[in-house]
Amino acid sequence: MSTEVLKKSPAPALDRGGPGGRGPGGQDDDGREGPELFYDPARFGLWLFLGTLTMMFIGFTSAYMVRRLAPDWIQLRPPGLLWANTAALLLSSGTLEVARRRLRGWNVAGVGPWLRATGALGALFLAGQLAAWRVLVSRGYFVGSSPHNSFFYLLSGVHGVHLVVGLIWFGVVLVKARRLAYTPGQDGLGMFATYWHFLTGLWVYLLLLFFVF
Amino acid sequence: MAHAPEAHAGEAHAHAEEAFIWKYVFSKNHRIIGIQYYITAMVMALVAGLLAMLIRLQLAWPARDWAFLAKIFPMGYDAGGGFGVMRPEFYAMLFTMHGTIMVFFVLSTAPVSGFGNLLIPLQSGARDMAFPFLNGLSYWTFLVGCVVILTSFFVGAGAAAGGWTAYPPLSALKGAVPGSETGQTFWIVGMVFFIAAFTMGGLNFVTTIINLRTKGLSPLRMPMTLWAMFLVAVLGLLAFPALIAACIMLIFDRHFGTSFFLPTGLVLNNAPMLGPDGKFLHQGGSPLLWQHLFWFLGHPEVYILMLPALGFTSDILTNFARKPLFGYKSMVGAMCAIGGLSFIVWGHHMFVSGMNPYLAMAFAVGTILIAVPSAVKVFNWLATLRGARIRFNTPMLWAMGVVSLFISGGLSGVWLAQSAPDIQLHDTMFVAAHFHLIMAGAALFGVFGATSYWFPKMFGRMMNDTLGKAHFWFTFIAYYCTFFPMHYIGIAGHLRRIYDPYQYEFLKPLQPINEFITISALVLGVSQILFFINFFWSAFAGKKAGENPWEANGLEWTTASPPPHGNWPGAIPAVHRWPYEYANPDFPKDHVMQTEPLTAAEQQEKAAEGPSRHEH
Repeated sequence: MSTEVLKKSPAPALDRGGPGGRGPGGQDDDGREGPELFYDPARFGLWLFLGTLTMMFIGFTSAYMVRRLAPDWIQLRPPGLLWANTAALLLSSGTLEVARRRLRGWNVAGVGPWLRATGALGALFLAGQLAAWRVLVSRGYFVGSSPHNSFFYLLSGVHGVHLVVGLIWFGVVLVKARRLAYTPGQDGLGMFATYWHFLTGLWVYLLLLFFVF
Repeated sequence: MAHAPEAHAGEAHAHAEEAFIWKYVFSKNHRIIGIQYYITAMVMALVAGLLAMLIRLQLAWPARDWAFLAKIFPMGYDAGGGFGVMRPEFYAMLFTMHGTIMVFFVLSTAPVSGFGNLLIPLQSGARDMAFPFLNGLSYWTFLVGCVVILTSFFVGAGAAAGGWTAYPPLSALKGAVPGSETGQTFWIVGMVFFIAAFTMGGLNFVTTIINLRTKGLSPLRMPMTLWAMFLVAVLGLLAFPALIAACIMLIFDRHFGTSFFLPTGLVLNNAPMLGPDGKFLHQGGSPLLWQHLFWFLGHPEVYILMLPALGFTSDILTNFARKPLFGYKSMVGAMCAIGGLSFIVWGHHMFVSGMNPYLAMAFAVGTILIAVPSAVKVFNWLATLRGARIRFNTPMLWAMGVVSLFISGGLSGVWLAQSAPDIQLHDTMFVAAHFHLIMAGAALFGVFGATSYWFPKMFGRMMNDTLGKAHFWFTFIAYYCTFFPMHYIGIAGHLRRIYDPYQYEFLKPLQPINEFITISALVLGVSQILFFINFFWSAFAGKKAGENPWEANGLEWTTASPPPHGNWPGAIPAVHRWPYEYANPDFPKDHVMQTEPLTAAEQQEKAAEGPSRHEH
């Protein structure tokens, strides 16, 4: 989906005006405005997709809440590495936002370094997550040894898979940025940023779910 | 995506020169993808229908030696020494796969993915779906799911056997029954592919309907079919993720030794399931957790099957009654209410799970509430038919069949909605009767109706009306003969999913009824040959259809049959009124297309009265 979505120019060329065209400006014969374009379809589709991801994690969360009530629940002690990983992911969202603002602010040369930092921090996060799993395994916390472990491996794994998808998308974004495919002054990185920030927020939520609530 | 008309004409030309493989196989055109979905669902229906026939043979004559079946299905029958008696584990695989394939791969696929893809761009006035590439990807993902599900019969010890609901621990322990081995893994993988495909389709449906409607097509001018497709897609996007989550956890339980759904103290083949340390391998999990997650999807899922049929029926009834749809706004409201309520009633599938009676009562009240919008729909249909000069063509017969099944199946739903009668009737043939009438039957009849009605938009030709009517009457009568007696045997205590009912003394007198049901089911199955003949013969050699053979009003009837690439050769027409403008005395014809501009008199009336019925 990601590449297909990216092929669309940031400002979609929809049937505007013209005979039978739709969109703002087209007045219906009975004096009423035709239905406004609700939203850019690609962005709208992305938000819908994030909605389904949210529903999936609501499903996991409700399972977590129910399972936590069983007597065999042993709280997992988080490896310290997790906090460093979280910091890397939060930073990557920050650098992405800087890159996005540079692009919107006509500073094309300033986009590249911040974009590369985003990808590097994302990859660092993933490597850190794998290292955290290894730490847990070395301490004897296996996926099946207690339900809290199971949920930790499961949910951090599902989150990680989506981050891998994010990194693949990032690769496409990076190539496009190199080729100067993004129009300066426009929010060409907006969709990728939406997905990336969603994953950052999701990880923070998972941390809170695992170790705070 | 939408294009300017001029740009589009050039593009259509480019597409005409595309190779066959890109035009018809790996197509991105919504109509081709719809037909691909539809035909794949047909093949899956054929398989699942054959499984049903084997189930029925077993229930009528359980000890009979079926030597020829043993030759066809060596894995399912004890073939040695002239015996052809079905194996119990094969019976469990049959009902599991019949349910799974029918619910997901046939009755979710044909009406939603099939007709949704065909009709959404046509009815909303779009060139194609919002994301054509994603649409094509969706079909091929779905096809992988089909292949995985079908091959599961031939891997390891056979297909999944834990019911279409795949309740743990049966589905979570690899050694529980033969079907719990590789077959169950394939079931999960197949479902994940299906859900991924359905989600891609749902993203497309919602985005297209929200964003790409033509000028003037306000929500309250949308045909009921379009409303149904929108709601179905929203339901799917919200409900299926819960099953994905559950499936992932089930895979972990099966293969990685976790205990999400597996409780302490499991005993397998008379041996406690202990680990090397002498403790139970699985501890503390909750099988009920799976049921909650499954039915959180499962109940919206039955409306995913139903709502398209209700939409088709509203469109077809008004056309062949030549009358405006009675209570359009209440119809839309009723559909939204049904969709909304479907998310808070899943517990009525679990009344015997030992839930708190107060909770059961809450679920029961929510479920009974669904009867209100359902009754609104039935009332409006009947009011639409009242005093009408009905044209009895094939699509109309199917639509009236949907109304009939919706009433008769809905009435037993009111029984099952309440926890007290449900605890008695749970897991009996009464339940099988109920859902085959309302969910399976109405959805199936809706698909048949939609097929004969929108066939011109699929292939540019008409289906044969005589053959269609014969198919309808055989199917209608055989359908009721098959499923209506199941109410009776269910109340008499006949369990569903039972290999040999006559092992119990009190069920022995029911064998003649079961034989009658089986013969009806065989007639029902054989009658479908009429449909297959009609479908394929008409697709190639049927009478050529004009733009608007049924004298209907919707946008899809303003373009050629079949529609060209891009749906309208020129500009996309604008919409000025609702799609149910039949029998308006101010017009010479008895129907007024959605694209017909308001007359001067109508504009005056509108200005004087504010919103009128043209405003819909």
